[in-house]
Amino acid sequence: MSTFQIDFGESRTSKIVGIDLGTTNSLVAVMGLTGPEIIEDSEGRKIVPSIVSLTDDNRLVAGEQARELLLTRPDRTVYSVKRLMGRGVQDIQEELKLFPFRIAEHSESVIKLRLGERTFTPPEISAAVLRQLKDNAEAALGTPVSEAVITVPAYFNDAQRQATKDAGRLAGLEVLRLVNEPTAASLAYGLDKRKDGIVAVYDFGGGTFDISILRLHEGIFEVLATNGDTHLGGDDIDNLLLRIALEDIQSEWREDLSLDSEGVQRLRRAVVQAKEQLSFVPETTIELSYKGKRYQRVIQRELFERLIAPIVERTLEPCRSCLSDAKLTPEQIDEVVMVGGSTRIPLVRAAVERLFKAKPHTELNPDEVVALGAAVQAGILAGDVENKLLLDVTPLSLGIETMGGVVSKLIHRNSTIPASATETFTTAVDGQRNVLIHVLQGERELVKDCRSLARFDLKDIDPLPAGMARIEVRFLIDANGILNVTARDARTGKEQSVEVKPSYGLTEDQVEAMIRESFEKAEEDMRERQLREARVEADNILAATAKAQKSDAYPALAPEERNAIESAIRDLESVYRGNDHHVLNEKIEALNRATQHLAESMMNTAVRGALKGTKID
Amino acid sequence: MPTLSNDYYEFFGLARKLNVDQAELQKRFYELSRQWHPDRFSRKSAAEQAQALEATAILNDGYRTLRNPVRRAEYLLKEEGFPIGEQRSKDVPAELLEEVFELNMMLEELKEGDDSARSQLEAAQQNFIGLRDSVDSELEKLFNKYDASEPRSETAKQALHEIRGVLNRRRYIENLLRDVDRAIHPAGAQTEPVEDRL
Repeated sequence: MSTFQIDFGESRTSKIVGIDLGTTNSLVAVMGLTGPEIIEDSEGRKIVPSIVSLTDDNRLVAGEQARELLLTRPDRTVYSVKRLMGRGVQDIQEELKLFPFRIAEHSESVIKLRLGERTFTPPEISAAVLRQLKDNAEAALGTPVSEAVITVPAYFNDAQRQATKDAGRLAGLEVLRLVNEPTAASLAYGLDKRKDGIVAVYDFGGGTFDISILRLHEGIFEVLATNGDTHLGGDDIDNLLLRIALEDIQSEWREDLSLDSEGVQRLRRAVVQAKEQLSFVPETTIELSYKGKRYQRVIQRELFERLIAPIVERTLEPCRSCLSDAKLTPEQIDEVVMVGGSTRIPLVRAAVERLFKAKPHTELNPDEVVALGAAVQAGILAGDVENKLLLDVTPLSLGIETMGGVVSKLIHRNSTIPASATETFTTAVDGQRNVLIHVLQGERELVKDCRSLARFDLKDIDPLPAGMARIEVRFLIDANGILNVTARDARTGKEQSVEVKPSYGLTEDQVEAMIRESFEKAEEDMRERQLREARVEADNILAATAKAQKSDAYPALAPEERNAIESAIRDLESVYRGNDHHVLNEKIEALNRATQHLAESMMNTAVRGALKGTKID
Repeated sequence: MPTLSNDYYEFFGLARKLNVDQAELQKRFYELSRQWHPDRFSRKSAAEQAQALEATAILNDGYRTLRNPVRRAEYLLKEEGFPIGEQRSKDVPAELLEEVFELNMMLEELKEGDDSARSQLEAAQQNFIGLRDSVDSELEKLFNKYDASEPRSETAKQALHEIRGVLNRRRYIENLLRDVDRAIHPAGAQTEPVEDRL
């Protein structure tokens, strides 16, 4: 007789999805039989707006539903939250002037946003978007989805990456890999077109700008250099137009519309629409009808281009730095790939063409290419896509604070990741038990000009005379671009405990607590639903029993049977207001049993249907 | 699980020479990346994943070190017991004393607002770039001398000793060039990593 060998690896049906978690829009994709495919929602939409709203019954909703609520409930709705990921409140003063973020109190280390009466951290808001994408994917694939590849701007620092990973966990997704957006785009592009050569990816999205230069060689996608600006995107163009329109309205209506958040959101929609049209027509009109008033302004592409020229120019400097870091001239770039909605703007295309002296590729849908690339990377991790490999780099140098507030660099920017560096530390005074290491990211020389990542506290060092302890600390940037620190006592070889105090963002404990809370919330929601369902069932059976008591069959029952029914009704009514659906269901069942004979005799007397809603076994 | 070598030459399977065939190095880097990259291990055990991460870190660090002649030489010196000391930039190499003195004068003048020092500095910059080039060709000869010698022989040690001296001089020149560059272009505050020149 043959034996069965069960290969659990083969029975795995759940797919790893690829997610583009964008500033303005998000998408989810999966590797299909013929290649990566964007997953649509039940209404056939591919794009999920990265907008989150707290409904009146305190549920977080994301996507289209939240987009509508942005107009009617702007005080409970938030967008462009990616700009706040992994940042401190002092970093976002510029943002606060332009975006209607409502920062709650106690936002020093982690920003908290107010939606209605409740507060949420940026990872929690992003998790709501991710949950929507997860739901869409589960509905479309018909299987649970628990693992994902999520893209981040290449120029995201450690804290911003960590925040994105936290968001994934909060949404119930294991983030198997964070992939840089331009790199993901190159995967989708390389799969489609190019075999070997040097490719520049110009990624101008809703809120971030990235440039990456890659060498494609026999299926290896090696990033040579990357650069960017995590606070530069189409959002900035919208804000520019919005400000002009608000000024117009001020002088025409004699009214400061900027104080009316619903009015501002309607106007924002109007300017975004105008911006998008100007990519295809030479002239359009910004139009707003609001509260019985009307605003109209014709805008020519020429004026539009004059307005946005400084913003487009800001993208070129990172491009030049990136070329110089890759030690390449523009002539050596074989192809330029355009990614992100803002690359539809003709002025952007012209600027890129001038800089790289090559006509940029625009045939891929700039909104979808990043998500498609994320799905390819998911396929690589699942082992479905062979012979393709991404070798990415860290965008920023990593260093530690040394004497005099100077940063000593340990891992240089554009180092291929994973990358590591080891540094030995010692004590300054006799018997010292702790050493604090301040880790920073950035290109500048002084601590004050770099980005503080975390303080690592080497604890419980053996007490020794000053300078005798030797603690070897290893800094390792993993394939996600996230820093891991381990330490060991070089004399004893013993592992040294390290306590991490992130400068911005959530601690491990906070993330854990949030996950627990969301589980508890989910359980609470579940209990609430079961209780409601049980009450509905109780209503039905009580109504049916009351009706049956008026029928001819009822007086015909034995007195003890009638007593049993009466008491079962009282029992059920007494627990009806309780919070335990188990008890409620028990009493429903008891009444069911007590009325069984009654139901049978009613049927016998051909009064069928009077007990509709009760079970007859 | 196979044990991993921390030694970059061993990891890449290359002879311990100071001249390294760049095309061969790149080829091996790609092969080893395909073998070890964490992407290939996401369905494996935690221990295998940890080893892949470790291996790739060694691989990438090694590639960065070996593909750059200066870093490569510094690495080999350290491994062979000739570490580059910390005294690297304080002691002025004797043969540069005069030029360094003049250069510091010019830097001071520029700092005090004498803009005529700028063109002098630019000339000095060219001079130091020329010096660096000659140091580089000196290094090249010493690399060949080392590679031709028996490992750990007196000739080999002698070559390494000389290389250490030349590398210290080179680093000194690099630092000067960086200071000059910063004085001339104060706006470009982004510092160039020195590592990948030569």
